[in-house]
Amino acid sequence: MEFKVDQKVRYSKTHEWVRVEGGEAVIGISDYAQNKLSDVVFVELPPAGKELKAGAACLVIESVKAAEEVFAPVSGSVVGRNEALEKSPELVNSDPFGQGWLVRVKLAVPAEIDSLMDAAAYTSYLSTL
Amino acid sequence: MNESAELRKTPLNEVHRAAGAKMVDFGGWDMPVQYETGPREEHMRVREAAGLFDIDHMGRLEISGPHAVEFLQRVQTWDISLLKPGRAHYSMILNDSGGILDDIFVYHRTDSWLVVVNASNAPKDTLWLKSHASGLDVSIKDLRAETCMAALQGPAARAVLQALGPKEDLESIGYHHVVERTFAGARVTLCTTGYTGEPGYEILMPAQGCEKFWNAILEAGAPRRLIPCGLAARDSLRAEACLPLYGNEIDETTDPLSAGLVRAAVRLEGHDFIGRRALAALALSPLPRVLVGFEMKEPGVPRHGYSIASGGRVVGKVTTGLFSPSTGKYVGMGYVETGLAGVDTEVSIVIRDAHKAAQVVERPFYTSPHWR
Repeated sequence: MEFKVDQKVRYSKTHEWVRVEGGEAVIGISDYAQNKLSDVVFVELPPAGKELKAGAACLVIESVKAAEEVFAPVSGSVVGRNEALEKSPELVNSDPFGQGWLVRVKLAVPAEIDSLMDAAAYTSYLSTL
Repeated sequence: MNESAELRKTPLNEVHRAAGAKMVDFGGWDMPVQYETGPREEHMRVREAAGLFDIDHMGRLEISGPHAVEFLQRVQTWDISLLKPGRAHYSMILNDSGGILDDIFVYHRTDSWLVVVNASNAPKDTLWLKSHASGLDVSIKDLRAETCMAALQGPAARAVLQALGPKEDLESIGYHHVVERTFAGARVTLCTTGYTGEPGYEILMPAQGCEKFWNAILEAGAPRRLIPCGLAARDSLRAEACLPLYGNEIDETTDPLSAGLVRAAVRLEGHDFIGRRALAALALSPLPRVLVGFEMKEPGVPRHGYSIASGGRVVGKVTTGLFSPSTGKYVGMGYVETGLAGVDTEVSIVIRDAHKAAQVVERPFYTSPHWR
């Protein structure tokens, strides 16, 4: 199966993506991840101001199958939440790199981005799974 | 993967894989949990048009012989003396203490009885039934090898089948019947039963050529938006209709009274079945807990095994929970202390240590407008 890989974001091994915009970063899950989850029915977002720690569970996505934790790919405090997911959690499935974004954070350690995979590395990582 | 080699496969396994289904281990069977369409769309398609399910994992036993009726009256809860040839009824197999060994469907065919049982319980049921057949002239035959079983469900199901057998009478078959018909050259047993809350059919077809028949149904149904559907949609459909799932709402530690299934499955008068005395005794005193339906007042997904609380105290357990695609609500079923079972009672569901508000509501969560 072919999965979309956004060329402009960085990826974690647990299939979260990060798009850096100035000192902030938008976080979501990859097309591969949403496909594995199956239909998303609820997203439990962290409150604004919450400090996320890279590698630690930061929110829960509930699919028809199960509740799955999402791990913060970078550290930072939550400055934005995708409120549209409350009414339309299926955006995570239909547009994982766009309207299905999860949270926006103010980066605490910008250098953490460098340890994440770029699109080429993530594409070859997917081919090993 | 190697372990999948040990899973049991239905004769439609290759068809599912070729169609891009995600396969899962379902009680030892390699079954499609969803197709590329996805569970939500598959669910809605059954509500609005039609869906085709592989249910070949279901156990099916043919009961025949001079003592077939006597035997069935002993081992299951519905009084089948009320069941005319061509009719079908929901029923249960109980143990001596009234615990539910399985929920079943009993079909009265012309010369025999068909008993459809849950896949996971089939080996247990077969042993139980055989052990209670001693001294009776009755034959219990496993039909799995020679038949394949599929379910065609949804408001367009009849039109789809009619396209395959233009001369066959389908119009006059009421709900909960069993008939023999010919479609696309195959003689099939057509049961007007299902597990989705929609009108439709469960079809026993000859195992030989079943792939062809499956594809013929899909082809005939394509203009009416028929798609193949997986177990995920089957589960959300049955949950919205509040049809119990063995292992969730019912098991050997639950009884038909607490599950609220006496009217649907049990005739306490008329025949003496295993578990009847225990049930009659249970009916004399208040039940400690009963099954209810609930709706989340705060968003969140209740799941099997979660605690139900009231006033900070655990008062029950969730048996099934889901986002209901047809109603757009988060709903579930569960056992609660009887005093808290009244409709509108406020409870909470404990989701990851947070108490989320919920309310007891009428069941089912969804009633199809397509029953005639």
